[in-house]
Amino acid sequence: MLNFFLLILIYSGIYALMAMGQNIITGYGGMLSLTQAGFFAIGSYVTAILTTQAGWSFWATLPVAFLVSALFGLLIGLPTLRLKGDYLAIATLGFGEIVRNVLNNWDSLTNGPMGIQRIPMPVILGFTINPYKKYAFLVMVIVFVIVAYILFQRLARSRMGRALAAVREDEIAAQSMGINITKYKVYAFILGASVAGIAGSLQATFTLSVTPGTYTFMVSVMVLCMVVLGGMGNFKASILGAFIIQFISYFPQLTGLSSVIPPQFKQILFGLILVVMMIWRPQGILGREATRYRKRAVTPTGGEQ
Amino acid sequence: MGIAEFFQHLMNGLTLGGIYALIALGYTMVYGILKFINFAHGDILMAGAYVGLFVFDGLRGDAPLGTWTLIAFFLAMLISMGFSAVLGMTIERVAYKPLRGANRLAPLLSAIGVSFILSNSAAWAFGTHSRKFNYPFDNTPVHIGEVVITPHQILILSVSLIMMIILKLFVDKTRMGKAMRATSLDQGTAMLMGINVNRVISMTFAIGSALAAVGGILIALDFKVYATMGTMTGLKAFVAAVVGGIGNISGAMFGGILLGLLETFGVAIFGIPTGLKDTIAFGVLILILLIKPEGLFGKVEKEKV
Repeated sequence: MLNFFLLILIYSGIYALMAMGQNIITGYGGMLSLTQAGFFAIGSYVTAILTTQAGWSFWATLPVAFLVSALFGLLIGLPTLRLKGDYLAIATLGFGEIVRNVLNNWDSLTNGPMGIQRIPMPVILGFTINPYKKYAFLVMVIVFVIVAYILFQRLARSRMGRALAAVREDEIAAQSMGINITKYKVYAFILGASVAGIAGSLQATFTLSVTPGTYTFMVSVMVLCMVVLGGMGNFKASILGAFIIQFISYFPQLTGLSSVIPPQFKQILFGLILVVMMIWRPQGILGREATRYRKRAVTPTGGEQ
Repeated sequence: MGIAEFFQHLMNGLTLGGIYALIALGYTMVYGILKFINFAHGDILMAGAYVGLFVFDGLRGDAPLGTWTLIAFFLAMLISMGFSAVLGMTIERVAYKPLRGANRLAPLLSAIGVSFILSNSAAWAFGTHSRKFNYPFDNTPVHIGEVVITPHQILILSVSLIMMIILKLFVDKTRMGKAMRATSLDQGTAMLMGINVNRVISMTFAIGSALAAVGGILIALDFKVYATMGTMTGLKAFVAAVVGGIGNISGAMFGGILLGLLETFGVAIFGIPTGLKDTIAFGVLILILLIKPEGLFGKVEKEKV
């Protein structure tokens, strides 16, 4: 029972990373991407392949996972982001399916549908973080989530965050203010992709094996659900959403009702969440985070101090 | 490639394309009027195929192949069309109508939710195994010269041709068709001219969904019926709609057939492995979005500020 709870927390953390990435794309940038599963898979496989076939340590694979996902983010983002959002949804959905297709078929590198087993556990300063003893792993995941949260939070308040908000609200107006809309959209997309890649690395080293079957479209929809449920444009909300969705996912096992509740129960619930939230509470549970600007003292002559 | 082989691939491509075209019409009609992608369209196709299968099996009983099975098949198709039309209208009323005028992402997210609900409910109710849709006729291939044509292919070609002609006549010649064209041109003005826009939208969903049901049944004869059958087919049909210029009815027909031909000839001529056949459609999508985003027959729409 406690073990299950720790498992839910760990998965919440891993998915919270992806959800924050989705949030910068969808919540801040207003673009509907449906391919977090694709980048998640890429990150996982980078770690799996480099650790098992090249003998790298988990930590060394992290930057590679980050860069490779970012590169794919750029590749898929450049052609599609110049277009209207609806196309992006389909193109990214297709990309996710292609990634899974390739992982399934490229036997020499990915071992096809069998996947890759025996991924080494991460070691830090001589201490092995054993995923079976979940506390240490949970601490590691929490550190990742906190770091990502702080970085994203700072990013949202930077020039880029403001530019994205402008693009989301009105592309034409943003463009006429001199904002390079394609550039910021692609940046957001790359960031969202690379953080999903990192989440993928964590996933690989947590489960110690990867198979293409893990990275289905459902993962992308779950992540989207987390963002929508928590609240678009709010990173705290993504973390909350990740926890709630993971809790729903494991609810049947947690309560020992998995023989009563059909396996499709959670997917149907995710679908309902999307529809119901859109109709009754499109801003999510927590709502969009208000941008706070520092007040500046104004001199009597009207100039700024 | 010999002449006979060429005609063989042409025939295969045309039949595949005919089905894509039927499904693409639903995407394009809805997009023409509501300017959003109905993600659940593929799942309506799946629901239509299930209804068609159950009605056909029920009507047929143990009857041997003959006139009655053929009548039963067309009756099943009609009932399935009716069912899907009602399903499409209901979905529109419940999940999309409240979101008219909300921000652009809302109906898209709601549509993804609906799609998830439909496909997983089907998996829950009917199981995850695929069911065979028996041919209502003797499907022994006919040899014309060296070209092999199955009665199923003839059925697909004739049914999709008839459906498209009826649709074209309906949209071009009837009052309702005129109202549809007016609504897609300018919803506000159409309303001022006394057109009941709500009814037009319901009608559009009904027609698109009925055509999807036909496409679903036709494709099920070859590829069986299962809960996620609509996903890939739906995506490809969407690509077909984009290729033809989304919102353009003749374009969707042409795009569907073109995509069918590209897939068949892509595998036959360029030796693209069958496992990666699905990738062709997305390659085409990205290509067309880069070169001619408005599609082959689409109008370039200038965005007004």
